[in-house]
Amino acid sequence: MDKKTIVVIGNGMVGHRFCEKIVGKTDKFNIMVFGDEPRRAYDRVHLSDYVKKKDVDDLYLCKSDWYVRQNIKLYLNDPVKSINRTTKTIQSSNGVVIEYDFLVLATGSKAFVPNIPGVEKEGVFVYRTIEDLDLIKSYSVSVHQGVVLGGGLLGLEAAKAMMDLGIPSVAVIEAAPRLMPRQIDRGGSEILRRRLEQFGLSVYADRRAYRIEGDGSIRELRFDDGSVIKADMLIISAGICPRDELARECGIDVGERGGIVVDEYMQTSDPSVFAIGECALFEDTIYGLVAPGYEMADVAAARICEEGKIFRRFDMSTRLKLVGVEVASFGDPFMEAPYARTIVFEDKNDGIYKRLNVSNDGKYLLGGILVGDARDYNLLLQTVNNRLELPDSPGDLIMHTKEPTGTADGAGLSALPDNALICSCEGVTKGEICRAVMEAGCENADSVRQCTKAGSGCGGCMPMVKDLVAAAMKQQGKYIRNVICEHFSLSRQELYDLIKIHRLESYDEVLDALGHGDGCEVCKPLISSLLASIWNDMILRKGNDTAQDSNDRFLANIQKGGTYSVVPRIPGGEITPDKLVVIGEVAKKYGLYTKITGAQRVDMFGAYLDDLPLIWEELIAAGFESGHAYGKALRTVKSCVGSTWCRFGLHDSVSFAIQIEERYRGLRAPHKIKSAVSGCIRECAEAQSKDFGIIATEKGWNLYVCGNGGGKPQHALLLAADVDSETCIRYIDRFLMFYIRTADPLTRTATWLNKMEGGIEYLRNVVVNDSLGMAAQWEAEMEDRARDYRCEWKAAVEDPEIRKRFSHFVNAPGEKDPTVKFEEMRGQKRAADWTLV
Amino acid sequence: METIATTEWLAACRVEDAVKNGGVCVRHGNEQIALFYFTRRNEWYATQNECPHRRQMALSRGMLGSVGEEPKIACPFHKKTFSLSSGECLSGGECAIKTYPVKVENGLVYIGLDD
Repeated sequence: MDKKTIVVIGNGMVGHRFCEKIVGKTDKFNIMVFGDEPRRAYDRVHLSDYVKKKDVDDLYLCKSDWYVRQNIKLYLNDPVKSINRTTKTIQSSNGVVIEYDFLVLATGSKAFVPNIPGVEKEGVFVYRTIEDLDLIKSYSVSVHQGVVLGGGLLGLEAAKAMMDLGIPSVAVIEAAPRLMPRQIDRGGSEILRRRLEQFGLSVYADRRAYRIEGDGSIRELRFDDGSVIKADMLIISAGICPRDELARECGIDVGERGGIVVDEYMQTSDPSVFAIGECALFEDTIYGLVAPGYEMADVAAARICEEGKIFRRFDMSTRLKLVGVEVASFGDPFMEAPYARTIVFEDKNDGIYKRLNVSNDGKYLLGGILVGDARDYNLLLQTVNNRLELPDSPGDLIMHTKEPTGTADGAGLSALPDNALICSCEGVTKGEICRAVMEAGCENADSVRQCTKAGSGCGGCMPMVKDLVAAAMKQQGKYIRNVICEHFSLSRQELYDLIKIHRLESYDEVLDALGHGDGCEVCKPLISSLLASIWNDMILRKGNDTAQDSNDRFLANIQKGGTYSVVPRIPGGEITPDKLVVIGEVAKKYGLYTKITGAQRVDMFGAYLDDLPLIWEELIAAGFESGHAYGKALRTVKSCVGSTWCRFGLHDSVSFAIQIEERYRGLRAPHKIKSAVSGCIRECAEAQSKDFGIIATEKGWNLYVCGNGGGKPQHALLLAADVDSETCIRYIDRFLMFYIRTADPLTRTATWLNKMEGGIEYLRNVVVNDSLGMAAQWEAEMEDRARDYRCEWKAAVEDPEIRKRFSHFVNAPGEKDPTVKFEEMRGQKRAADWTLV
Repeated sequence: METIATTEWLAACRVEDAVKNGGVCVRHGNEQIALFYFTRRNEWYATQNECPHRRQMALSRGMLGSVGEEPKIACPFHKKTFSLSSGECLSGGECAIKTYPVKVENGLVYIGLDD
């Protein structure tokens, strides 16, 4: 037994990080960990998430067997009672006595509870642990007015938790004249207060609690100015108190106001005893953030392993989201004249406050504050930390006259030195990220995260990591093309041209001629879509059926449980009563759930694979055809009722929508395409949220392009104004062909335009002014395509080879999948929920 | 001492009933087995038809492919991929799927069921 023993007291975030660091370096120590909470280390930073989640599993920092696998003995629910430095032993509450060679105190902090009369009353809580939160949760059920004492970071977190618990009225009390006095200045604080009040939080600053009133349980809170606030629950979050009792009792030096004194190696006055995290006092400072705690864990582990690493005064820059408001401070946030010049931008309308502190010569950024919009945080922090020279008008750094770009510009990044800290949670530098790309072969941000841990903490640095990866790849000449997958070293655009030039007509031909390997779920649907765009063949012929995405392969949309939904085309949303009756009859006959879609059609859900051809036959007999709801294709051209009925309508929007839908139906594209026609400026068809939308004017039509609804809404831009119907269609022909030829896979028109150099001006030049000289060819191709259009459902039911595939069991044709389950809801059926293992 | 595993062979379908470069679903009592004819590689594979991710009877409608030399199947629901040779989940997180031996004799495809 010549292994030395490390005893760690405390199993919080920092104590856990210390264990990770040690076992990452060596296995030559016996490690014992004592924790006083009943559970293993969890993420205290995201404690307020626990309110909304069912269980604690998402918060744990490691799997349940991690400690066992690392040969670490973990004693939970067993606080250490005493330390004997003479015998170098500790004794736990359960009577375990262990001899140590190194002792690491990671005891953290507890909530500071001011000595206010009445704090012992029921309904008064602190906010530190999961147990605290459980108590708060169960008490909160009948609470109407919740109050938090303390308007700092933790206090606002606690207020958020109260709001998430559904407490109808929540107030925050701060003794100082403003919120977050340690992080932000008065101006920032004021904006923060306004924003929080908008979210329904009441804020009372400059109030000191004097007494907690109530009969057994809290009823109200009295202040020293005589005012009173009603409260049937109170969370005290007035600061933290380092837990230094154990050290104090065994004679280790502690600070006057608490905290275990440590040197730059995290060693206490007894060199075999270390202190890390919120219990440690370094240069008269307690660091109450997790990043410096992690750094301390790293330094202590290095010292024990005899590596030279020291702790330096830590940057307290931080970026947080408090009750939905972004708050960040960096460098020295408060520095002002005569030591610095300040630039302040304040927007009370949108609730944004930004402050930069610039050196007197205007050359360097020294610190600053961001409230309400912290997207520039990373770049500004790097500018401070690396003493990057500022541009001539540094104010431009925080003024955004254009749309947000979301990431730092490339030039700013390349100016950073290699030791610039990109991920402060995990302490990862620019150099380490670049090496992960250049040497370890990482080719995207996710693999860099796995390799370096950058971005695995708060995730705020991920946009920078992405940009760094792109830049490093470019530098290596690696990132020249957007190649599709391991089977094709070509971009979609290159494949488009090569398929055409070589006249390749099936997936296998393309793979043989241009790719290698056996294909995959990325290149197969992509090439199938290209083949459909270029040759306009029935998509299930020539062996291309198995290269189609599942929905295309079965010409229907697969739904929960493995049944399909069927959407017949209803051009422009116009349908006769007879056809409506047919839909109803078919749905009844095959037991389908029916719903009106967002695109003015009727969707029928719950069709068995075996029933699809039968359903289509009945629909086709009544004059319906496929609506291509399953394809990356034109979906619907929505319309308002237009001039035929509407007293405001300028033109017949329905007829034009039908004409357009019939011209482009079945057109395969990089992604789905949606369209609409509105009969007047009231825009009832919402054409400006479509890939291409048309709005009637006094003189003709306005054509808008590249709009998007969905998750990332974007208004369409005007491509051409007051054009006649024929011109409008010619422009759409060109627009769509240009999109199909040049867009990246699975890129909607909005994103395609956003990435296009020259933007809408360039697009207008290509489409309207024919700057590429392609207009005539594109129009002719589109004309041919429209002429050769055939309904895919009809082709499928008429072809016995294709039809044969609509059967669940190959050895029991006609027998339906017996595992499909439905439930009943509002007089119709619904799919049974996923059954999870 | 040696035990000899007894394999029962289920006659699944004729070669021409299988889908080229795709899958079909074979019923065996209450069980569903996905049978794949990877024509491009001239290989046959069989696995459970249920994707373990959301427990959907769907792998036979999935898409065949390869990663390196490894043949794989992608589930049509959420594109989880599984090795056809080992059954291992290649997109992480899911448990492995069961695989079965396949043989072709006189134009008939058989799936091996171990007892």
